Amino acid sequence: MSGQAQILPGTLDLLILKAVSLGPLHGYGVLLRIGQISEQALLIEQGALYPALFRLVRQGLLKASWGTSDNNRRAKFYELTSLGRKRLREEADGWNRLATAMASVLAARPEES
Amino acid sequence: MNLTAYFRSLTAKFLHRSAAEDETEEELRSHIQHRADDLERSGLDRTAAERRAHIEFGGQVRFKEECLEALGGNVLETCVQDIRFSLRVLRKSPGFTFAAILTLALAIGANAVVFGLLNGLILRPLNVPQAESLWAIERGPYKVVNHSYPDYLDFRDRNRSFDGLAAYNVTSVGLDTGNNPTAAWILETTGNYFDVLRIQPYLGRFFHSTDEHGPNSAPYIVLSYGYWQSHFQGDRGVVGRIVGLNKHPFTILGVTPPGFQGNLLFVAPDFWAPIVNQEQIEGDYVLDARGKREILMVLGHLKAGITRAQAISDLNSIGAELEKSYPKDDGHMTFALARPSLAGDWLGGPILGFLAGLMMLAGLILLAACANLGSLFAARAADRTREMALRLALGSSRARILKQLFTEAVLISLAGGAIGLWGSILLLHGLVAWSPLPGVSVLHLPVDPDAKVYAVALMLALVSGILFGIVPVRQVLRTDPYEIVKSGSRTTEGRRVTFREVLLAVQIAICAVLVTSSMVAVRGLLRSIHSDLGFEPRNAMLVETALNMAGYRGESIPTMQKRIIDALKALSGVTSVGSVDRPPLYYGANIAHVFTDTTADLRPSNAAADAATYNISPGYFQAAATGLLLGRTFTWHDDKNALPVAVVNRQFANRIFGSVKGALGGHYKRADGTRIQVVGIVENGKYANLAEDPTLAMFLPVLQTPATPMTFVIRSNRDSQQLIAEIKKTLRNLDAALPFTVQTWSRELDSALFGARVATISLGVLGAMGAMLSITGIFGMAAYSVSKRLKELGIRLALGAQRKEVLQAALGRAFKLLAFGSAAGLILGILASRVLAAIVYQATPRDPLVLAGVVLTMALLGLAATWLPAQRALSLDPSTLLREE
Repeated sequence: MSGQAQILPGTLDLLILKAVSLGPLHGYGVLLRIGQISEQALLIEQGALYPALFRLVRQGLLKASWGTSDNNRRAKFYELTSLGRKRLREEADGWNRLATAMASVLAARPEES
Repeated sequence: MNLTAYFRSLTAKFLHRSAAEDETEEELRSHIQHRADDLERSGLDRTAAERRAHIEFGGQVRFKEECLEALGGNVLETCVQDIRFSLRVLRKSPGFTFAAILTLALAIGANAVVFGLLNGLILRPLNVPQAESLWAIERGPYKVVNHSYPDYLDFRDRNRSFDGLAAYNVTSVGLDTGNNPTAAWILETTGNYFDVLRIQPYLGRFFHSTDEHGPNSAPYIVLSYGYWQSHFQGDRGVVGRIVGLNKHPFTILGVTPPGFQGNLLFVAPDFWAPIVNQEQIEGDYVLDARGKREILMVLGHLKAGITRAQAISDLNSIGAELEKSYPKDDGHMTFALARPSLAGDWLGGPILGFLAGLMMLAGLILLAACANLGSLFAARAADRTREMALRLALGSSRARILKQLFTEAVLISLAGGAIGLWGSILLLHGLVAWSPLPGVSVLHLPVDPDAKVYAVALMLALVSGILFGIVPVRQVLRTDPYEIVKSGSRTTEGRRVTFREVLLAVQIAICAVLVTSSMVAVRGLLRSIHSDLGFEPRNAMLVETALNMAGYRGESIPTMQKRIIDALKALSGVTSVGSVDRPPLYYGANIAHVFTDTTADLRPSNAAADAATYNISPGYFQAAATGLLLGRTFTWHDDKNALPVAVVNRQFANRIFGSVKGALGGHYKRADGTRIQVVGIVENGKYANLAEDPTLAMFLPVLQTPATPMTFVIRSNRDSQQLIAEIKKTLRNLDAALPFTVQTWSRELDSALFGARVATISLGVLGAMGAMLSITGIFGMAAYSVSKRLKELGIRLALGAQRKEVLQAALGRAFKLLAFGSAAGLILGILASRVLAAIVYQATPRDPLVLAGVVLTMALLGLAATWLPAQRALSLDPSTLLREE
């Protein structure tokens, strides 16, 4: 299982928003998209995705509608609302700042005397 | 998201609950199908792919619930779900549900009734404006509520603490509205009564202090709203009408407002009249006598800003001045303030004590019921470990399971509470309509339930639901789904004492306390009924009347009295007739100071003793069947022209004269200086109440000390119903205008036994409830332990165990708990019974019969409760049993 990472708590929402921002997706599609763009590095428990999706819908960041999937099955598709788009931008900026900071902290070496 | 939208979605989710749920389910299903499609493409066959997809997905139910929770509105939703599920579970075990609801209904009902009494009699303020500043004045170390009129005038005029002081007295009169007079109960009050209480008339006007101009100067009455409705049909023209009050003309001034029933909670007077007309109302004017301290009760509002303590010290300084000015009147002029609604501490003290005791017992009942239900719930939870383990394994959270168990408990407690409250409301309404003492129509209990009672019942229901719901919590938290699902049965029970057993022992102890106290009370009551009263109530009738109600005055009273006695004596079957001013044990007794013959200074502190005083006619002792020990009884020649004489009881003779023989022919003095010769001695009896110590009594001839209220005692050997009809006819023939009541003496005595009887009935009911609770408790425990150990018992039987050993194994613990709990309860009950002795005459727990009774009762209860489980244990067939498992 090397190369795979458990996602950090609180980052699932951001991942979902990012995945959906590339185009409307049903739940399983969100999973596949995250797997695909992270090159299978991020592992999400399948069932745990749905409560997060529902929460985002309730917060008005996503909107959902029923449609038909590529497999010709009925499925619920999620897309970003304008509020969701805004939130994604903010969260992504926040995350990048944090990641840069973390990276530079971790890259620090003892100063030579 | 804004709040309205949230609530809209909340209600929408609540209303279309299943729609949201269906949709979520469909979405999760769709996910699994998509996953299965992918897996199928990678080479699995469809069935395998679907199975794999399901497993990968994880707990579907759990995620569905989390989704719904994330959707909002889920608190309500899960609640509704829990309630539905609980109802289904409870419906599946109707026996358990029924027993649990019944237990709680009884326990909560008992609490609601007792609280209703407490609320109506003690907590609820009197229905007058600013009731919180209204106080009654009590005097002396015994907190006497009665005062004399001159004392009242001094309080009223000299105090600086009260916004006016009024005085009043309860009495009965004959009211003639054109037809024959009927007896009515009234409040005689000072003129300022309504002004002091700040009451405005509903109709007409009230009397005021400006209407008082000396004796008989204010012949006015004010009707109560209820009496105006029932006797004058709400006729607005009554104002100004003249009616006959004891045959004297009185003018109706007005009507009080509907909610106002005087300042005494339990007496709703028919009307009010000024006390300056006392001579016309009571036949006697004693307002000028400072020493007549049993006349009036005094009440008033404290001025704004004056505290109770300030008012008391103000009154005490007036008292000190009075003691200095009137040294001959030994009045104990120190004061206290009490609520006027129960005549101060006179009734308020015992009622509060009794109700507080009852409340405590009712609380114990509820606690016992909770312990009982708690152990039942724990047993059920143990039986349902498998179900719970399955639910845990399927992804349900422990919190959710606990919530559901609590929902069950609260549902049961609410149902029980509702039924209990309903029953208690019926009972309280019955008590409101009930007239507790025969012959006193105005007595009532204003205990109609209000919002407070409902709130308390609801709160008790919720608290008890949580109390017994909490018992199985630890069990659920400890449940290990894997172990249980694997092994199929619970882990074997250890030998140590479980929490459930402690609960049961506590409950049995509580029940034993209740059974003990109710037995002590019942036994005390039986003893009081059969104790030596000094008269024989059986085969005797009482006719109560007051000749002044029909206009008799002065010399015409004894003449009429003699006519009545002769006429009653002439009835067939009547053996003797006599009269007494107030029969013994009729709401206390008239007590007077007695002085030895040698005492010259007759101030109260020099009195040799106090004696119950009776004014009787010749023939009274025969009619009452009071035994004469020595000397003679009275004749009609013991009149004003003869020497003052008395018959005394044995206690009197022993105390004042040293012996019965020494008393005959001896002399003593009364407070007014009359020197009286003792001509006869009778046996001791009970006078003021059944619980009293031997009391002194003196009987005076009615012709020497006239009295207006009069009770005729008629002894006969005839059927009482027939005799009552004949007595009524005879009296009507003598004077159709004379109001009177007739009843058997035994019935009349109910009033004397009232307190003891109420105490016994309430304790009896609580004791019976306690007994029932312990039966269900022991039964539950025994039945449970037998069913849990069926396998073990079967093996024992198969290995050749004797019946005795099987019983020992199955029920030994139940019996041990019973014995332990009963012993603890018995000891506690004996300690508690000391309190009872105050209410119930001769209530002593050190009575072998009571002790034996309690032990026997508890043993019988245990036997009854374990009978069925024991039968089940004994009828086991080891072969079928072992095969089944």
